Amino acid sequence: MSAHETMNLKLIVWRQAGPNQPGRFETYEAKNITPHHSFLEMLDVVNEDLIKAGQEPIAFDHDCREGICGMCSAVVNGVPHGGQQRTTLCQLHMRKFKDGDAIYLEPWRARAFPILRDLVVDRSALDKLIQTAGFVSCHTGGVPDGNAVLVGKPQADYAMDAAECIGCGACVAACPNSAAMLFAGAKVSQLAELPQGQVEAPQRVAAMVQAMADNGFGNCSNHYECEAACPKGIKVKFIARMNREFIKALALEKVGAVNTARLKSE
Amino acid sequence: MRLLSDSIGRKAVMAVTGLMMVLFVVMHLLGNMTIFAGANGINTYAEKLHALGPLVWVTRVVMLVAVLAHLVISIQITLENEAANPTKYAVDRALRATFASKSMIWTGLLLAVFIGYHLLHFTIRALPGMVLGTDALGRFDVYAMVTDAFHKASIALAYVVGMVALYLHLSHGVQSLFQTLGLSNDKLQPAYGAGGKVLSTIFLIGYGSIPVLILLALAGK
Repeated sequence: MSAHETMNLKLIVWRQAGPNQPGRFETYEAKNITPHHSFLEMLDVVNEDLIKAGQEPIAFDHDCREGICGMCSAVVNGVPHGGQQRTTLCQLHMRKFKDGDAIYLEPWRARAFPILRDLVVDRSALDKLIQTAGFVSCHTGGVPDGNAVLVGKPQADYAMDAAECIGCGACVAACPNSAAMLFAGAKVSQLAELPQGQVEAPQRVAAMVQAMADNGFGNCSNHYECEAACPKGIKVKFIARMNREFIKALALEKVGAVNTARLKSE
Repeated sequence: MRLLSDSIGRKAVMAVTGLMMVLFVVMHLLGNMTIFAGANGINTYAEKLHALGPLVWVTRVVMLVAVLAHLVISIQITLENEAANPTKYAVDRALRATFASKSMIWTGLLLAVFIGYHLLHFTIRALPGMVLGTDALGRFDVYAMVTDAFHKASIALAYVVGMVALYLHLSHGVQSLFQTLGLSNDKLQPAYGAGGKVLSTIFLIGYGSIPVLILLALAGK
């Protein structure tokens, strides 16, 4: 398709006026969409048409629109972020679609992510996991002097891979069990790998697993849907690491070597 | 931290009990293969196995506990997961999940029923119309009991269905247990996946061959 051609698409969008209200699918036409439109820009075009027609625009989350903030969130044809590998919805472009395509748009669906409006869900359950267990409680001060805290290159790379998570929640949305294991596993692994986080690793994994249950997330069945849907390529090896950290902490606690009852937060 | 109520703790119990059952299934298959050595083969094997006495009973009790733990936790976890994900997508498209991974609870429950039936059949020998005799050396005739049973197509079919369930269950379950126990990483995970599929295929062909070949042998007569 050349840059001058445009396409018309059919959108089947989940509309819901507010939390705990009944929702339904509505069909809209997306007209004169160019291949250069991003998915969210396409929604902007549709919304402008809706506003001109005096209708309520489709509510959707977005912020940076450059694939780094983790705000955009919609399930496109059954796949969070639309299914282009390592791509957030805002970075998915309409050149991936063709004229006449029908596109289903749904919000993240999970008990832990209640729908606020249309495609917007409340993802603060992920923030609660971080508040409960995603930190180190020692004072790390300002930026340390070069080489004052020694971290090997493989460890630094591993921690950075885990820290790439932007917290969008696609892993939870993709999981048949609505589990947050990939999100939690990445954070637990990142901190357990670094000297600042190693000390509290047993307490952290204990608190994280409890927090996931408390915030309504499910259990892991190793479907690996999360890894496939993650726009940042977070791997399920971090879930294996969290499992390992959990079993280690449980064993240490059973022999009386650690007390995992509380993670200090100040 | 609690082994039997924390999410990962229970999954670890699932993994360990699953591994125990896989090891049992390996040993059971090796034993069953003696049937291809004829009546003398499997009757000798059965007699020697039962001569182990207390060891057999210890194994039975341990396996019973493992099966029950695996079963109870799996039902618990499945119900929790259903509750965590009450609203489904209108378009259900899986990226990595497989039929085997999504049907674990159903293949598992089918296997539980199969295990009950199999124990009633060849262990407790309580089903009506069974051939329960002794061979020429005065040993219990396992060979006659098994071949007679599998000459009935319905019984042979029931066993094949059970083994297909086992194949599906383990083609996801084997790699899953290593991931759950934290013994996995990028490089090992595909190896576990392939290994699990090979192992479950061996089980399917090995176990499945017994009823199928006995039935076909009869049909060929």
